[in-house]
Order: sequence, then C-alpha cells, then structure tokens
Amino acid sequence: MAIRARKSKDDYGSIYKGHEGQWSWMLHRITGVAVIFFLFAHVVDTSLVGWGPEAYNRVTAAYENVVIRLLELGLVVAVLYHGINGLKITLIDFFPSLVSRIRSVSLVFTSVFLVATIWVAIVMLQQVWDLYQLEEVVVGG
Amino acid sequence: MTTTTSRPTPPVSPTGQPQRDHRIGRERPMGGFELWMWLFMRISGILLVLLAVGHTLIMHVPDGGVSRIDFGFVASRWEYPFWRVWDWMLLSLALVHGVNGLRNITLDYVRRAGTRFAINMVFYVLGFAIFVLGTVVVLTFDVSKWPGVS
Repeated sequence: MAIRARKSKDDYGSIYKGHEGQWSWMLHRITGVAVIFFLFAHVVDTSLVGWGPEAYNRVTAAYENVVIRLLELGLVVAVLYHGINGLKITLIDFFPSLVSRIRSVSLVFTSVFLVATIWVAIVMLQQVWDLYQLEEVVVGG
Repeated sequence: MTTTTSRPTPPVSPTGQPQRDHRIGRERPMGGFELWMWLFMRISGILLVLLAVGHTLIMHVPDGGVSRIDFGFVASRWEYPFWRVWDWMLLSLALVHGVNGLRNITLDYVRRAGTRFAINMVFYVLGFAIFVLGTVVVLTFDVSKWPGVS
C-alpha cells in the first residue's frame, strides 16, 4: 500500500497499468471475439451448400452489396491482426529472452501487419468500387 | 483467501501485490489442463495462421474476391480432398481455439462462478453444434445429388 501511494498516475502508462503492449492485448481480444462470432455465422451460411445450389446461391447473393463488402474488409484485417499478433505472442512465450527487445519485435510484427493490411485494403476497396459501379448501373438502368 | 477462478495464484511480492510483467501477455499456467490449453492455443495458432489467414486471403483477394463464390465454386473446390481436409481442420481448430479464447475472457471479466459457468456452457454447446453441422456438411457433400450443376 505504501508503495502504491508513492507512485504517480504516470507510472502506470496512459490508462490503468498498461504499457504499449496493452493496446495489442486489447486489439487481440477484440479481433478474436469478432472472428469467432463471425465463424459461428459463417459455418451456418456455408453449410447451406448441403441443401443445394438454390439455397446457397441465395445466401451468397445477399453478400453482394457494398456495406457487407466493407465489413468483410474489416473481417480480413481482424484475421490478419489476430494471426500476426498471435505469432508475436507465441514467439515471445517460447523465447522469453526476447522480452528485453520487445520494442523491436513489436515494430517488426506491426510493420508486417500494416504492409499486409494496406495491400489487402487496396485490392478489396477496388473490388468494392467495381461492385458499387455495377450497382449504379443496375439501379440506373 | 478464496479464489474465484481455477487459475494458479500468481507469485506474491512482499508488499502483497501480485508480481506480473505487463510487457508480456497471459502468464503461463503452472500445469494440468490449463497448461495444455495454453500450449494448444499457441500450436493451433501457428497452424491457423496458415489455415485461417490463407483461407481469408484465397477467398477475398484473387479474381474479384468473394463475388466469384457460388455453389459451383464450392462444388469444384470440394472435388479435391485437400480442400475438404483444409476446411475441416480450419473448422475444428478455429472452434476450439475461439471457444477457449472466449473462456479465457469470461475468466477475466465474469467474477461469479455460476454466471461464468452458464455463459461458458452456451459457448460450448453452440461451438459443438457448429462443429457437428460443419463436419457433416464437409464430409457428406455430394454434387451428384444435383445433376446438371457443376
């Protein structure tokens, strides 16, 4: 108790007791929860292939709109983040001496994530744009 | 002192505060079931980087992304046992990995043991039902049931 009293708020980082790692920890949780809940829904929609082309194609056609496609970009980015950050966690857990160089390790993994995200975003936003123009033609014609 | 979780108590410093290095993640459990799940999360995680990240990139990036996906796409893909095995491994590893992740989160945020048990049971039952559904479909899918469709 005495020790806690002598510490100022700044000793605990930006919020509560975290360091930079708290943000990756928080993002890891949020992306993980998002992906598992999507997976529950995704297995149900994919399982409709077992009920034939009419049932399955009706569902996949429902995914063909701009809003869903933007949400899908979010899903892919969430999977990328969770996967790449998970590799960082595993690496540090199996090689604990890397903790002393955590900043460099984090920089490498964050860079890989950002490069992958920019690449995927360019490709997928192009697809969304193509779909948007197609929708305009359909609505306009 | 009573604990609300089954997790081993972390080392306690002379001041009575739990000692933990916040630069690293979840502390490694001391043994038993929790240690095996700790190891499973990491091993399955490495495999899922290939299976799940690979799956999302294959589906969303080339040839206009998901707009090319329809019944015929799935049917021609599942002609290859390779993709059925890939999809089934992705299904089972991701479900156990994800449901255990949810269990870890309830251990952190849901203090009352009874409430936590109830929430976890919902996830276990849901996860198992999804596993059975996905397994049945990926194993029994037979395109010859719909003649004329390829």
